[in-house]
Amino acid sequence: MNITLKVWRQKNASEAGALVEYTVSGVVPEMSFLEMLDTLNEQLVAKGQDPVAFDSDCREGICGMCDLMIDGQAHGPDKGATTCQLHMRRYKDGAVVTVEPFRAKAFPVVKDLCVDRSSFDRIQQAGGFVSINTGNAVDGNAILIPHDKAEKAMDAAACIGCGACVAACPNASAMLFVAAKVSQYALLPQGQPEREKRVLAMRDQMDSEGFGHCTNEYECEAACPKEIKVSNIARLNREYLRATLISE
Amino acid sequence: MKLQSNVPTGPIEKSWDKHRFDLKLVNPANKRKFKILVVGTGLAGSAAAASCAELGYQVESFCVQDSARRAHSIAAQGGVNAAKNYPNDGDSIWRLFYDTIKGGDFRAREANVYRLAQVSSSIIDQCVAQGVPFAREYGGTLSNRSFGGAQVSRTFYARGQTGQQLLLGAYSALMRQVGAGAVKLHTRREMLDLVVIDGVARGIIVRDLVTGKLERHMGDAVLLCTGGYSNVFYLSTNANTCNVTATWRAYKRGAAFANPCYTQIHPTCVPVTGEYQSKLTLMSESLRNDGRVWVPLKKGDARKPQDIPEAERDYYLERKYPAFGNLVPRDIASRAAKQMTDDGRGVGKTGLSVYLDFKDAISRIGLDKVKEKYGNLFDMYHHITDENPYEQPMRIYPAVHYTMGGLWVDYNLMTTIPGLFCLGEANFSDHGANRLGASALMQGLADGYFVLPYTIGGYLTGTKLPKVTTDHAAFVEAEGDVIKRTKTLLDAKGKKAPSAFHRELGHIMWDKVGMGRNAKGLQEALSKIPEVRAEFWKNVSVVGVGEDFNQTLERAGRVADFLEFGELLAKDALTREESCGGHFREEHQTPDGEAKRDDDKFAHVAAWEYKGEGKAPERHTEPLTFDNVHIAQRNYA
Repeated sequence: MNITLKVWRQKNASEAGALVEYTVSGVVPEMSFLEMLDTLNEQLVAKGQDPVAFDSDCREGICGMCDLMIDGQAHGPDKGATTCQLHMRRYKDGAVVTVEPFRAKAFPVVKDLCVDRSSFDRIQQAGGFVSINTGNAVDGNAILIPHDKAEKAMDAAACIGCGACVAACPNASAMLFVAAKVSQYALLPQGQPEREKRVLAMRDQMDSEGFGHCTNEYECEAACPKEIKVSNIARLNREYLRATLISE
Repeated sequence: MKLQSNVPTGPIEKSWDKHRFDLKLVNPANKRKFKILVVGTGLAGSAAAASCAELGYQVESFCVQDSARRAHSIAAQGGVNAAKNYPNDGDSIWRLFYDTIKGGDFRAREANVYRLAQVSSSIIDQCVAQGVPFAREYGGTLSNRSFGGAQVSRTFYARGQTGQQLLLGAYSALMRQVGAGAVKLHTRREMLDLVVIDGVARGIIVRDLVTGKLERHMGDAVLLCTGGYSNVFYLSTNANTCNVTATWRAYKRGAAFANPCYTQIHPTCVPVTGEYQSKLTLMSESLRNDGRVWVPLKKGDARKPQDIPEAERDYYLERKYPAFGNLVPRDIASRAAKQMTDDGRGVGKTGLSVYLDFKDAISRIGLDKVKEKYGNLFDMYHHITDENPYEQPMRIYPAVHYTMGGLWVDYNLMTTIPGLFCLGEANFSDHGANRLGASALMQGLADGYFVLPYTIGGYLTGTKLPKVTTDHAAFVEAEGDVIKRTKTLLDAKGKKAPSAFHRELGHIMWDKVGMGRNAKGLQEALSKIPEVRAEFWKNVSVVGVGEDFNQTLERAGRVADFLEFGELLAKDALTREESCGGHFREEHQTPDGEAKRDDDKFAHVAAWEYKGEGKAPERHTEPLTFDNVHIAQRNYA
């Protein structure tokens, strides 16, 4: 099949970008969306044109490196999937598809479809950890964690840090990302000693990075490739309120 | 070149304790005077960087991705082994040690493997303490499962995302140190050369992938934690950016490359569909715990799997290996699948796949339990193939997944270049000729958390390191080499994209240096690879400039290195006139088609020394002795 793409091209962070139209030929239904972009790039290179820069790595939906707004949807139309897991069988011959970067003040464009998500790393650095040095641990079974609690923590820990929640949110809020990390530790006994400090620090960092506020749009949950629930945001809010009340 | 393993003498149970005592310590106040450069942020790299920073060293960490959390360790699904013996089923340090040596087909160093088994328990404890949400029983204790070739349940897991959770644990430890100012993190950086001064590793040249500018970094030690080289086959389960460049550059600066021919083909991957394909997706082999592998008894049986009655199915792994059944080691399961498809009994459109069936598991433990255990894997399969594995069997086929070879290291994880250490999949040390399932995560974390932080101290106190700056002639020379190479790539102005050359190399490697290897095929590979390489340098097309974000240039550099490395891999495979683990020479097999080792001639590590451009590399050997396990033919029947 042939696919017409309108792709965001932007030379670097400081220059203005625009949508540019390309036609990709030789697309087959079994191809992944990113393999279709690879094909476009090979066709561009053959013509001596600058290929489209886009991020991807594992191509199996776990590293969180691929992003892309596809026809206005973060990671495209498939529910619970990353862009690299989207396949061309979703599209018909002759389809016109718009491909843009994840857009948020806290995710500046690096080039074309690549953005800088280091703001997420800095939120982690503020408190997304348990302060335990190597060698300090007690026996793994000395900390008993009920099955259901461990499962719930795992649901939150499944976040891949891709930023789809931010891209999908009309306010470009990072609440779901922060909530997933805060929830994982709040649910587990290992997270208790730093429970209050963590949520305050991560929220402060989130605000200072320029992410927006949550107005309960639920777009984040709908876009999340790991289907992380907004109930985590409710937990984040409770944790935050609790911490502001009891911390010294 | 002398391969000095530095393995402590005395009983193996005491080797590591004794060695740790013998290693000199760095005074706490002096630690901050040493700078350690850590390349790669996978399990080994993140764990080492965080642990060294906790000890007080200055650490700089580099990764090729936009965030340290994305290293390919994240994609490991199944689990991590540890000799905890929580299930009370007879496991012990000794048994994990024995299984790993045997699984590696008696081609690993005993003392290293024993140490790995010894520290395995601490890894679980450390990860639990970090908040890694391992699977738990209702009483709150950690769950275990049996995994790929083990008869005890020693594998800890976090759904089908164990690698992700362990990596995020190590990443959180690393982020804590970055936040505390103890680690300086450099993302979107690719190491393009090693700087060696007076025979000692003192720095690296990296390219900032956003600006394209080259940077010089100086340190007192360099740690390469840059993963494996599966992508030399073009199609593999590895991530796009996985490459051999860092270790290959180190090889060309004097680090010996050991056992490159030991490559692991994973039996349970989603089959290939076409030329455009950029990667193969692994389905965790934990699936083999409950899934049953089969093909139709009749050749060319085109019926739907549901329509083939039990009596006309061949559950060939259960038939051939009754004791281990579907849980035989990876190399054996892979070759058995190839035999079935070679025999014309493969299934699917291409005939290049076999069934992995969960029908019996669903009726035995119920749909909900199957969903809980494998839900995300089933979803992944469904996404890729558009086939629902709850309703029809999965189709699987082997793919290259892991590489046991890597830079040669001694017991301290130091390469043949003093000051250059190599950790995790990038080194050759612990898996011999074949890695057992759930052992990669164990080794990466063992190296990073519990081995290197001790051994690096011994090196730093025992070595006189003169003060140098990045203006040193060796830095200028190494950077000059990188500039020249980049310019050559950009100036070729040919007609073919780097990916096209990569694909060509991959075809040669898979056909001639893949699951079954023979002298004729290897010689063909050895004559074809230099031809592709020569065409590459003449006809590669890299659009754009060097000082810019240029993904084609990145790819071109990696492909150029694979085109050199592939030749060494084939050469190593040709020289090793035996079959062992992941290296199967068709000339060397038992009448039943099993791998046949030659312990008299090949019970050694082959370590290759670079001798200069256009010159043949020199093969050195480190003899392997087995004083603690009885060396025997592997037998999984």
